[in-house]
Amino acid sequence: MIQLENISKKYTTKKGTIEAVKDVSLHVKKGEIHGVIGYSGAGKSTLIRCVNLLEAPTAGKVRLNDKEFTELSKAQLLAERKNIGMIFQGFNLLKTATVGDNIAIPLKLIGVKPSDIAARVDKYLEIVGLTDKKNAFPGQLSGGQKQRVAIARALAQEPDVLLSDEATSALDPETTESILDLLLKINAEFGITILLITHEMQVIQRICDHVYVMEAGEIVEDGPVIDLFSQPKHKTTRSFLNTISQRKLSKEFVDNLKKTGSVLRLTFRGEATGDPVLAAVSKEFNVKPNILTANIMELKNGVIGNLDVHMAGEKEEVARSLAFLEAQGVVIEDWDDQYGKN
Amino acid sequence: MINMERINTFISEWLPIIGGSIVETAQMVIISLLISTVLGIPLGILLVLTRRGQAWENKWVYQILNLVVNIIRSIPFIILLFFILPFTKLLVGTTIGVQGVIVPLVIYTAPYIARLMESSLLEVESGVREAYEAMGIKTRHIIWNVMLREARPSIVLGLTIATVGLIGATAMAGLVGAGGLGDLAYRYGHLRYEVDVMYATVFVLIVLVQGIQSLGNYVAARLKKD
Repeated sequence: MIQLENISKKYTTKKGTIEAVKDVSLHVKKGEIHGVIGYSGAGKSTLIRCVNLLEAPTAGKVRLNDKEFTELSKAQLLAERKNIGMIFQGFNLLKTATVGDNIAIPLKLIGVKPSDIAARVDKYLEIVGLTDKKNAFPGQLSGGQKQRVAIARALAQEPDVLLSDEATSALDPETTESILDLLLKINAEFGITILLITHEMQVIQRICDHVYVMEAGEIVEDGPVIDLFSQPKHKTTRSFLNTISQRKLSKEFVDNLKKTGSVLRLTFRGEATGDPVLAAVSKEFNVKPNILTANIMELKNGVIGNLDVHMAGEKEEVARSLAFLEAQGVVIEDWDDQYGKN
Repeated sequence: MINMERINTFISEWLPIIGGSIVETAQMVIISLLISTVLGIPLGILLVLTRRGQAWENKWVYQILNLVVNIIRSIPFIILLFFILPFTKLLVGTTIGVQGVIVPLVIYTAPYIARLMESSLLEVESGVREAYEAMGIKTRHIIWNVMLREARPSIVLGLTIATVGLIGATAMAGLVGAGGLGDLAYRYGHLRYEVDVMYATVFVLIVLVQGIQSLGNYVAARLKKD
């Protein structure tokens, strides 16, 4: 559906050339939700703007529904953009127009039949749950409501693709949840393919199928969300994961425990809770597992559990018990003070 | 002690003259304001859209426009009035009367309005324009439905400022025989020492300017929805 191939974007300023995006490729399949996560300045905003050519990439190809975007004329590009909805961190609504008009005006301008406009406005306002706010002005709405209007505006074009530029970053956690639920709902009901950028790991966790971690213009790690959450490799991915789990062990505390055994991070995928396996370990081997921290993350496509465990016992016994755990599909890592850092 | 008789005599003697002057000032202000707005708004739009990174980015158009606006804005109206006499003559066939003063008033006011419009339009959040661009909406539609629409309250306030400035400029119109309130105050009040006429005229001007500013503020507040 959305294919970016070796996209680069350079800016020339008086101070020199800045390469905001370096050789990025990604592929979002129809009906999936993919997320790009990165700290501010990572180039993700530029990247998402390359999809609908709000920013023209310096090099690389943008393909949407097998159409080569980079080769379209200006008029063709405008026509194609009608098929791509976009929502923003700042909502970007007309302050001087009512909620209903905010949806109706763009429809009129892209040439939707006047007789269809009113029906579409009502339909999409109902989907986002704001039917009663049709005649209100954006200034009278909360942030979450404004984003719902922006989503209704984007949906009313009836696009195949939705681009989300930090759509929940200006919202409080509760409102963020409700907007994420809405995005999941429209993805499920209308089959809209979504590409989003964010700096909140919670967004990736809740709604994405696939995640790309971006740093300094490059994608440093990517994969299905469940894989990246259970076995993060890059340190940026790990530090993003730290933002959503409670891993608060101090290095001193762990060093002290290490005198009497190993301190390990066990990761369980799927529905396994971990407890029965640990019980089995203490029965089968001469080790005493002690759970220091536990954390369960619900992902869009599954559950991941993390346990920080102190395994007290002789080195050999501990090694044998670990081999047993690995055979059960548990991912084992030595506790690393990287985890403790935010 | 208020001398009612003196006031009554003054009113019956001067009301028709002051009334005539108000009409002349109103004519000059309304006609030049209309023409200046028609010229100034597109110029303001050009000043915004030809900037670096904007839809019609064009270094030359922007630089030349910017320079011309700055040059005209540097010339005091009283000098401009005489400086462009040949041009006025060429354009309207006369350099005197209301007709003769409209050309310099427009040339004085249009660049001013262009600047005011430029700053009003720059206040419109670029994100809203970006959202409309992303929806595949043409630039000319964005100008009308986003930029001008969202800038309306600020545009109204800008035009109010321009109108008050225009009233000030029309005071010098008397120099080319176009009459008006300024001319009345100058000729009767200053040259003939009819101090009462001066006071009356200044009073009328104050009421006029207050009224226009209040109206502008009211309309702008009504258009603003946040």
